Amino acid sequence: MTDGVSGALRRSLNLARPDDIYNAIVDAHRDLDDEACRAFDARLILLLVNHVGDDAVIREALAAARDPLQGGAK
Amino acid sequence: MASYTYRHYPYRRPAELDGRAVRRPVVIVGAGIAGPTLALALAARGVPAVVLDEDDTVSFGSRSICQAKHSLEIWDRFGVAQRMVDKGITWKQGEVYLGDKPIYHFDLAPEPGHKFPAFVNLQQYYVEEFLYDRCLAEKLIELRFRNKVVGVRQGPQSVAVEVETPDGRYTLEADWLIACDGVRSTLRHLLDLPFPGEVFHDQFLIADIRFTSELPKERRFWFYPPFHPTNSVLLHRQADNVLRVDFQLGRDADPEEEKKPENVDRRLRQMFGAGASWEHEWTSVYTFTCRMMERFVHGRVIFAGDSAHVVSPFGARGGNAAVADVDNLAWKLARVLGGTSPLALLDSYCSERRAAGRENILNSTRSTDFITPKFPSSRAFRDAALALARNFPFARAFVNSGRLSVPTIQPDSPLDTPDGDTDWTRGPGPGRAMLDAPVGNSGDGFLVDHLGLGFTVLCFADRAADLPVLPADVAGLMIAQTGTSPPGWTMLSDRDGLLRQRYDAPPGTTYLIRPDRYVAARWRRPDGAALAAALRRATVTG
Repeated sequence: MTDGVSGALRRSLNLARPDDIYNAIVDAHRDLDDEACRAFDARLILLLVNHVGDDAVIREALAAARDPLQGGAK
Repeated sequence: MASYTYRHYPYRRPAELDGRAVRRPVVIVGAGIAGPTLALALAARGVPAVVLDEDDTVSFGSRSICQAKHSLEIWDRFGVAQRMVDKGITWKQGEVYLGDKPIYHFDLAPEPGHKFPAFVNLQQYYVEEFLYDRCLAEKLIELRFRNKVVGVRQGPQSVAVEVETPDGRYTLEADWLIACDGVRSTLRHLLDLPFPGEVFHDQFLIADIRFTSELPKERRFWFYPPFHPTNSVLLHRQADNVLRVDFQLGRDADPEEEKKPENVDRRLRQMFGAGASWEHEWTSVYTFTCRMMERFVHGRVIFAGDSAHVVSPFGARGGNAAVADVDNLAWKLARVLGGTSPLALLDSYCSERRAAGRENILNSTRSTDFITPKFPSSRAFRDAALALARNFPFARAFVNSGRLSVPTIQPDSPLDTPDGDTDWTRGPGPGRAMLDAPVGNSGDGFLVDHLGLGFTVLCFADRAADLPVLPADVAGLMIAQTGTSPPGWTMLSDRDGLLRQRYDAPPGTTYLIRPDRYVAARWRRPDGAALAAALRRATVTG
């Protein structure tokens, strides 16, 4: 489901408890210094990227993360 | 060197110095891996060649050590491969470590049923020695040692090289001059041709040592090992109980300091412990570049191997690419010289081998970037992949200690006929190397034993009546379990059923295989006209 925006990356909410997950991500970084945060994020990205397993979604996410204003929400 | 005695090959006064000059079809510059292999591939097709080399012995130092399956298959046609297999170390497995813990094990040839293994490790000096021995036994090949090229002059239909010898200078005229003269190619410099690419600054120390205790056959690669905690180390076994140890040193190392025996010994002692003993074979500190010429054919001068393209050593893509280059070139050159194909056939040498060069450079650059990350996030992702690899199998696919040489893909070549049938599920399509498999009812034959020096049609047919009409000068291999083959065809049985599987081949399936053993075309059930058209296309005789 792509919410009517061209492309494969989901743009609408796909989480039952968004506040819980958002804070879990932030909390996981809380006691880490910058270098440890970078390492943590890299591991997290690789884990999630493999789970997603869709080249088109991943490439679209890379572009969106680089420039969040591109495309725009519909 | 402790384990290898360098032979000095005899210099003979060239006849040209006494006024007996004849024009040669092919002169090859450089007697490394590429030059003698090309000479053998030409001689097998009846084309004589003179090979010029500025010194009189084989490679100093072991240099290229991993001889790949596809190179062995090529050398096998000249009867040299078995000697390399017998002398070298056959291997196909490797282990990658993070710190002192193995994180992942790989097998480069998990399936049986091939004549040659994924790799044989053999020092370059042995490879060259075996090639020289074979060349010296071949009447059509003249190896000229201590013959140094000092000048070149292109004509419209020929090329002349100026050669310096201990007895003075002479000029040699040829239809074609092949530059197999390595990364610092004299001919490239003489013709003032650019060699664009990327320079890498990380330094590596090679210590080839002779080791007395039992040695592992597999390739071992460490990231951050306890004995060299800030960088990576590669360990690989060669013939004569020689070990290749390759330490990553970083950008700021002092190469002269690092090369001192006491400093090398200190690193090795940390690695192997107090009880080990060794002798030094060869020590070298290197950096590397990834470069490729924009064109490999310049008038009557053709570049092959390191003179045309270079990569990092990770992946064994230097020497093996050179062998593939000259195998691609030899049949084309023989046809052009014989007048059976036009000059345009040589254009495909450049386009196909540049495609291969791009693939090799891409793989090599990615390995290099993984082993020597260039910026902090690059290192963070590298370390993340390493950290995950042990418990999360998917991450092993990201770990890149070298993507080891397999035949490159030569897509969209003008020589190849694109698939018309669309139901292929596997099998080598046009632009891909043929696949070996066992054949014959008994014994130990393989498909590679039955491919000749020309084009081959491989047809899966149970009855002779189902075979297409064979074009002239093409060998036919009929893959069937029983029956008899008509004239022009040789019948082979699919001993273990692997041919049918590897070639995705229900009855009727037919492949046209080029002399360099790449697939030119394939069909589900072709007629003679389709075969003939594909052959014309592959030889530019349409």
